[in-house]
Amino acid sequence: MSNYVEMWKELGMDLENHDNLCQVLPTAFGDVFLSQQNRPQGMAFWDMVVAEIHGIRPAELIEAQKQGRKVFGTFCVYVPDEVVIAANGIVTGLCGGSQFWVPGGEKVLPKATCPLIKASVGARLDRTCPFFRIADMYVGETTCDGKKKAWEILGQDVPMHIMDLPQMKRPQDLDKWTAEIAAFAKAVEELTGNKITVESLNEAIRVINEKRKALARVYAARKAANLPISGKDVLLLTQIAFFDDPVRCAQMCNKLADELEQRIKDEVSVFPKGTKRLLVSGTPLAIPNWKLHHIIETSGAAVVCEEMCTGTRYFENLVDETQTTLEGQFRALAERYMKTNCACFTPNTGRIDDIIRYVKEYKADGVIDVNLKFCCLYDTEGYQVEKALKEAGIPVLGLETDYTDADAEQLRTRIGAFVEML
Amino acid sequence: MGSQSYYIGVDIGSTCTKTIVLDTEGQLHKYYTQPTGWSSADTADSVKERLSQEGVSLEDSLCVATGYGRVSVPFANKTVTEITCHARGASWLYGSGDITVIDVGGQDTKIIAIQKSRVVDFMMNDKCSAGTGRFLDVMANSLGVRQAELCELAAQGGGVSISSMCTVFAESEVIGLIGRGEARENIAYAVIDSIVKKVASQARRLINPGAKVCLTGGLCNFAYIHTALERELQTPVLSEKRGQYAGAIGAALLAKEL
Ligand code: SF4
Ligand code: SF4
Repeated sequence: MSNYVEMWKELGMDLENHDNLCQVLPTAFGDVFLSQQNRPQGMAFWDMVVAEIHGIRPAELIEAQKQGRKVFGTFCVYVPDEVVIAANGIVTGLCGGSQFWVPGGEKVLPKATCPLIKASVGARLDRTCPFFRIADMYVGETTCDGKKKAWEILGQDVPMHIMDLPQMKRPQDLDKWTAEIAAFAKAVEELTGNKITVESLNEAIRVINEKRKALARVYAARKAANLPISGKDVLLLTQIAFFDDPVRCAQMCNKLADELEQRIKDEVSVFPKGTKRLLVSGTPLAIPNWKLHHIIETSGAAVVCEEMCTGTRYFENLVDETQTTLEGQFRALAERYMKTNCACFTPNTGRIDDIIRYVKEYKADGVIDVNLKFCCLYDTEGYQVEKALKEAGIPVLGLETDYTDADAEQLRTRIGAFVEML
Repeated sequence: MGSQSYYIGVDIGSTCTKTIVLDTEGQLHKYYTQPTGWSSADTADSVKERLSQEGVSLEDSLCVATGYGRVSVPFANKTVTEITCHARGASWLYGSGDITVIDVGGQDTKIIAIQKSRVVDFMMNDKCSAGTGRFLDVMANSLGVRQAELCELAAQGGGVSISSMCTVFAESEVIGLIGRGEARENIAYAVIDSIVKKVASQARRLINPGAKVCLTGGLCNFAYIHTALERELQTPVLSEKRGQYAGAIGAALLAKEL
């Protein structure tokens, strides 16, 4: 990633510190991904993107900014990309998934904050992530308490728009979310200087729906008895989908899906027969958090599905494409997004139904319900999830972890024992 | 095959390594413990030496390694996690049927629910060392006694409790109690009471009605811990001197199935 130094300098990044990150990332990536056997060729695209993760895409974004386009940084799958795209804006995910950024966050946040929030705040304050430097506006949401308060720190020197997310799913909550989307559209119009029209929004809805369908195709390939792709690889491409151009993302995913579907016909599998199939559910795994998948897939099991925001919650459910007024479109968007089952809502029994349905569809032998340390919402919900799964006769293992490697051996033992138990 | 063949189970725990040798009939041939040193690999070497001294030929035998150092046993034919091994070993020691195993080890505590010799559910304590042998070790050091003595003292004490769950804070509480001149028996009592309460609260989540409850792991050699656990759980807890070997026994039984 050396030829981007000038760009990073111009972004005002802390180059010295950033170098440390650049040094460890390739080794980590090599150990986790490139060591896999018989990977689909289509993964080459994502390998290239990660190899230059702070280079290629940031350079594209800066180029677009030079053409007058605006970049919006988001932290939650509830924020509707469509609205930004309709105003010719660009969306990039900003969630931090590395321990590297955590100490920076800990300088200002309480210890008992989830590592995702700590890493995101650390990446901003320490100036070691180009995406945080590039974004013209951050878009927060009122989901968990940790994030709500983090916006106040994050938003000190960057424009911040916060969407007030309902915490229940009654009809009045749907109305409220519709109004929030309309208000967001206004903020986007103001910053970009572009009007959102019925046509532009319909086109944006179509683009994002296509991306969802393409991701869904990749995931569907994992329902096959012969797994044509590892869980790690799918996690990686899902994580990168948050940063990439949506049209290119859909193209690449469709191309990969073609290859995977062919592999299924040819009975090509990346795992030996009889490998146990696990569904992973819980808190998001932001890039480059590959720890859990790596441990699972080197302990004699395969991940066949992620019931996570870096997983099914990202692409399930499409937005209605037939609306002819902005009002109708905002409502259609709200309806789609409110179907996402996040632990920020109460009650959230839909999530349990989703998990049980995925277990059947993806033929999972068991479920690992993981929660990031100090995420009170998913931790508390874990009780209900595990209870319901046990009642349904589905083996489940609850795990709590963070971004450090300190618990890797413990996790390996638990996961190993769980796999032996299946 | 030249000499007699055996099934060997090696359980490299954080503080203590247990070796079990079964003969071809599945009868207990040899068993012994040794401290786990700094390096699991060195420990595995000395296990190997000891086996050859005992006349157990590795070439003719099958071996399963378990415990946290299981990957460092080059002569093992297979590695299996301690959860699975403990379940097998406990069923061998305490009979098949529904069993809940409480295993208090050096660094972690495991609760394993077993039905028909198979693990159906399990839990392990988190990174924290409260409710493990490590906690006992730290507290015994602060009191300047050995673990066994601490347990004997505890049997005669009462009336004091430690409120901190965290080992570090609990240690300063103990030092505070010593400073206030509290009787050693009473402090020892508080230490054991704290471990037992923590272990019992974990165990309660997994104990099925009607299941036999049994104690394995390093702490089952201390009679008072056993008594205190029965009192806290209000149920009989089975324990026996070979309980410490449950993991190694399970490993040897699994070697027999290779
Ligand atoms: S877990 Fe909830 S709050 Fe977090 S990204 Fe997903 S939907 Fe948003
Ligand atoms: S994982 Fe939990 S605590 Fe962390 S940001 Fe998401 S909802 Fe908030």
